[in-house]
Amino acid sequence: MEVKATMAGSVWKMTVAQGDSVEEGQDVVILESMKMEIPIAAEQSGTVKEFKVQEGDFVNEGDVIAVIE
Amino acid sequence: MINKLMIANRGEIAVRIICTCKKLNIRTVSVYSEADKYAPHVEMADESYLIGPPRVQESYLNAEKIIEIAKETKADAIHPGYGFLSENAGFAEQCEQAGLVFIGPKSSVIQKMGSKIEARRAMQTAGVPVVPGTDGAVATAEDAASYASQIGYPVMVKASAGGGGIGMQVVQTEAELKEAFVNNTKRAQSLFGDGAMFMEKKIENARHIEVQVLADHHGNVVHLFERECSIQRRNQKVIEEAPSPFISEETRQEMGEKAVQAAKALAYTNAGTIEFLVDEQENFYFLEMNTRIQVEHPITEEITGVDIVEKQLEIASGKPLQLSQDELFINGHAIEARIYAEDPKTFFPSPGHIDVFQPPEGEYIRNEVAVRSNYDVTPFYDPMIAKLVVHGKSREVAISLLKQALEQYKVTGIKTNIPMLLRVVEHEQFQAGNTTTSFLELYHG
Repeated sequence: MEVKATMAGSVWKMTVAQGDSVEEGQDVVILESMKMEIPIAAEQSGTVKEFKVQEGDFVNEGDVIAVIE
Repeated sequence: MINKLMIANRGEIAVRIICTCKKLNIRTVSVYSEADKYAPHVEMADESYLIGPPRVQESYLNAEKIIEIAKETKADAIHPGYGFLSENAGFAEQCEQAGLVFIGPKSSVIQKMGSKIEARRAMQTAGVPVVPGTDGAVATAEDAASYASQIGYPVMVKASAGGGGIGMQVVQTEAELKEAFVNNTKRAQSLFGDGAMFMEKKIENARHIEVQVLADHHGNVVHLFERECSIQRRNQKVIEEAPSPFISEETRQEMGEKAVQAAKALAYTNAGTIEFLVDEQENFYFLEMNTRIQVEHPITEEITGVDIVEKQLEIASGKPLQLSQDELFINGHAIEARIYAEDPKTFFPSPGHIDVFQPPEGEYIRNEVAVRSNYDVTPFYDPMIAKLVVHGKSREVAISLLKQALEQYKVTGIKTNIPMLLRVVEHEQFQAGNTTTSFLELYHG
């Protein structure tokens, strides 16, 4: 399961780490776009297998942020 | 005398300043980030220089680079616009030291007004009413709870260094207070490098009404009446109007006098705004002072006929105001609607490519614009892409003009808040002048 950016912005903060268990709806990263912080949540429960971004990276809408297994 | 002006800003305010400079035959230097290579202000200025990557810390907040370019290009003065470095006392001081005229007040005044705690104290000393609250910073969440129980809930916890709603929270109960205090302290420390928090009584059903002042270096201070800025989302203004539809002539006069009194007490110079919260009984309380030009300055310009940027440049050049209070009067009614690149329901940002941008035109319409057709709105900066200003003989006429203008506005490719603005303008409570800061919370469906 991929967690994708819902809009273009910078990765402001990762709220979980690789290997962490996350619940459906739990925030995975917080993006910053147009001076607003936008939380991006996991759409299903699981374990964070991999992050495709680092804090400070710029992402476009639809870019994969993390993979959850 | 200013012959060449550097504009340390971007977007519509940079364009706005360039327009007045053209009128006054002042040459302009603009700076831009890589994201703003094709921005209108870059084309309009006489000279434009790249300052760095899109992120503001590496471009529009890079004070050293900006001053370096100003000196290299032999600019006499720097206009900071609003946001970015406009209320940065350190930047104003660096300009002063570099022999550049900073278009704004002295750095010491910016510093004093930048601390909400110090600003409250200064206003109390000047005899301006402030919102009931703590005298200084509150050290711990326990102290905060103790104070809140004395003044009663709801209360506001506020970061002394905060702005634009950041570091500020309304707290309804003691249970919420500790978390709110701790989180906002951390946030203020991380964002502003100053975690000092203070508390104020929450004024219920408040209106946000502010007074524009102009003050020269010769002791002359005038006010240009008030602006009503109550329609807000996330504590940021969306629609502003002048004059306020709420206050009586007596309150108007009293607020204006207090604003002038405050500016005189601070030995303030240049354009500034005293923001007040006004309760249902028309009691008004000092909220904060903005020591710069404001986004909503055009509505004051429309009703008074005064070019505020021109006055800023004259004051900075040492000229006397040449405006007395008894020459100033309110002509009609003006409303400004901020056009944001955002979802009109969720207020989430909507950066992207604008295919068509066609603002309405007309004798009573003024557009302050930062974009055009076939243009990329990037996610790096504020979502405001334009301002629509209308000026009518009366509030009713202005509302009607605004409605028509919003209906004619055409932006495709990105989402904008225009549908939301139309809903506000069409709402019977807005039309009746019932515009408290809770308006969108109450009526935005």
